[in-house]
Amino acid sequence: MAPSIRTDGEAAGLAPASSRGTTGAWWEEPVVLRLVSIAAFAAIWEVAGRIPVSFAFPTFSDTMVAFFELLADGSLASAYLSTLQPLVLGVVLSAFLGVGLGTICGLWRTGEWLLIPVFIVLQAAPVAAFIPMVTFVYGIGMTAKTLAVIILALPVIVLNTYKAVRNVNQSLLVMCRSFLGTPWQTVAKIILPDASPVIFAGLRLGVAAGFVGVVLAELLITPTGIGDLITFHRSRADYAEMYATIASIIALSTLTLVFLQWVEARVFRPEKRGA
Amino acid sequence: MRATALRNGPSPVPARIDSIVEVRGISKTYGNVEALRGIDLDFPRGKLTSLLGPSGCGKTTLLKIIAGLIKADGGTVAINGKRVSAPGPERAFVFQDFALMPWATVLRNVAFGLELRGTSRAEREEIARRYIAEVGLAGFEDKYPHELSGGMRQRVGLARALSVDADVLLLDEPFSAVDEQNRRKFQEDLIRLRTNRNKTFIFVTHSIEEAVYISDRIVLLSPRPGRVSRIIEPEIDRSGDPERIHRDRHYLDTVDEIWQGLKQYVE
Repeated sequence: MAPSIRTDGEAAGLAPASSRGTTGAWWEEPVVLRLVSIAAFAAIWEVAGRIPVSFAFPTFSDTMVAFFELLADGSLASAYLSTLQPLVLGVVLSAFLGVGLGTICGLWRTGEWLLIPVFIVLQAAPVAAFIPMVTFVYGIGMTAKTLAVIILALPVIVLNTYKAVRNVNQSLLVMCRSFLGTPWQTVAKIILPDASPVIFAGLRLGVAAGFVGVVLAELLITPTGIGDLITFHRSRADYAEMYATIASIIALSTLTLVFLQWVEARVFRPEKRGA
Repeated sequence: MRATALRNGPSPVPARIDSIVEVRGISKTYGNVEALRGIDLDFPRGKLTSLLGPSGCGKTTLLKIIAGLIKADGGTVAINGKRVSAPGPERAFVFQDFALMPWATVLRNVAFGLELRGTSRAEREEIARRYIAEVGLAGFEDKYPHELSGGMRQRVGLARALSVDADVLLLDEPFSAVDEQNRRKFQEDLIRLRTNRNKTFIFVTHSIEEAVYISDRIVLLSPRPGRVSRIIEPEIDRSGDPERIHRDRHYLDTVDEIWQGLKQYVE
């Protein structure tokens, strides 16, 4: 009986992944599959650039060349220096503030009634429309850019944390109480670990929104950093450089999210490491 | 009848018994459902007492009131002569749904009660390892709950309750989510464990066989409202092979007798 089940599984493509330590073909390795996926994307880009789809659409190879040129002449580095400051500051503030506020709202009814409607409205609003307003109040400096990041990143972090804390596993709460856990211990040892998958989902969305915020701010408010680099190359019709800049920020955003996922599995939910 | 001491009526057992838990006049109402009415009970030290009854008789409610997890509407619970209304270090609870932290290893789950009490890591892990071995899970210290079967998870729950060294262990239908074979094994282990240490067990179950098999005393509760209908002390020799109990005549008689009494509550 058992062998026939295994055969069915293999036929249906359900064979255990090779990362589980069982024998598997090298092309089934997750790393290989990911590289193939990236290569296929690059190939389609290259073909589309050669057709060409538009005179403003460079090939993948041209874009990569432009990327290394930008890297070599230091313009990418100086642009990121200016972009990353408000981004990191805004994301870190949003993360701490968001998880803190969300936890308070999840635990405390009054806080919930006071704050959650505000964040629901903020999340529903087309927040980019606020950015000119932010410029109006805070000028075009670092404050305005940081604020743009926070406005975009904070609501989703608060709301996810709040929902996760509200839906915490009740039986674990009772268990903690029966073994004499204090309220602080309950929050630190039960509520936050139990809520961490949903909190981290919120953090990932928040970080992605933070990237949107900082690029929007640089396109709309202050011609600095990555936003400026994009605008500058567009105005000179250096499309390969423009695409290289855009691709670089997308890559950075993706890497940041992957890193967050790794931190989550590593620190908060070790039982999911193998899964 | 000969071998089974039976007491009728809701009156408490005479005070000559050394009682560790005393329940007096406990009542509890949920909305307009009267879950418990005027419960008076004494739980003798070092014995395993089962709370047995059909669903809706309030047995789990009574256990959680003793644990301090639910507030009673009236009446008092005293442990070692001291009135209690909240969880305390002299009681430990084993949960029906195990209530294990999925992100923590078996070792940390078992040591969790001590962790909350501020015991140092080295000390609590040493204690936890001892109880993990005692419930038969040696070698599984670094596994996560999702890697264990239902029966093994409940052993973790039991080890966690044992490791805080409480006088009274409160078990809320601990085997209801465990498959039949594991349950039998677990019941045998519980009998062995009970003779080894001088703990008081209060055990909620809806299984007559289970109650008679493992209990020194069985408190029969009747439903709507929950009241003590009878207290039974099956006099079964548990010193030998636990397998033998299932064929013991007193065991079979007691099971049958309780069933005759409970039949009226089953629609």
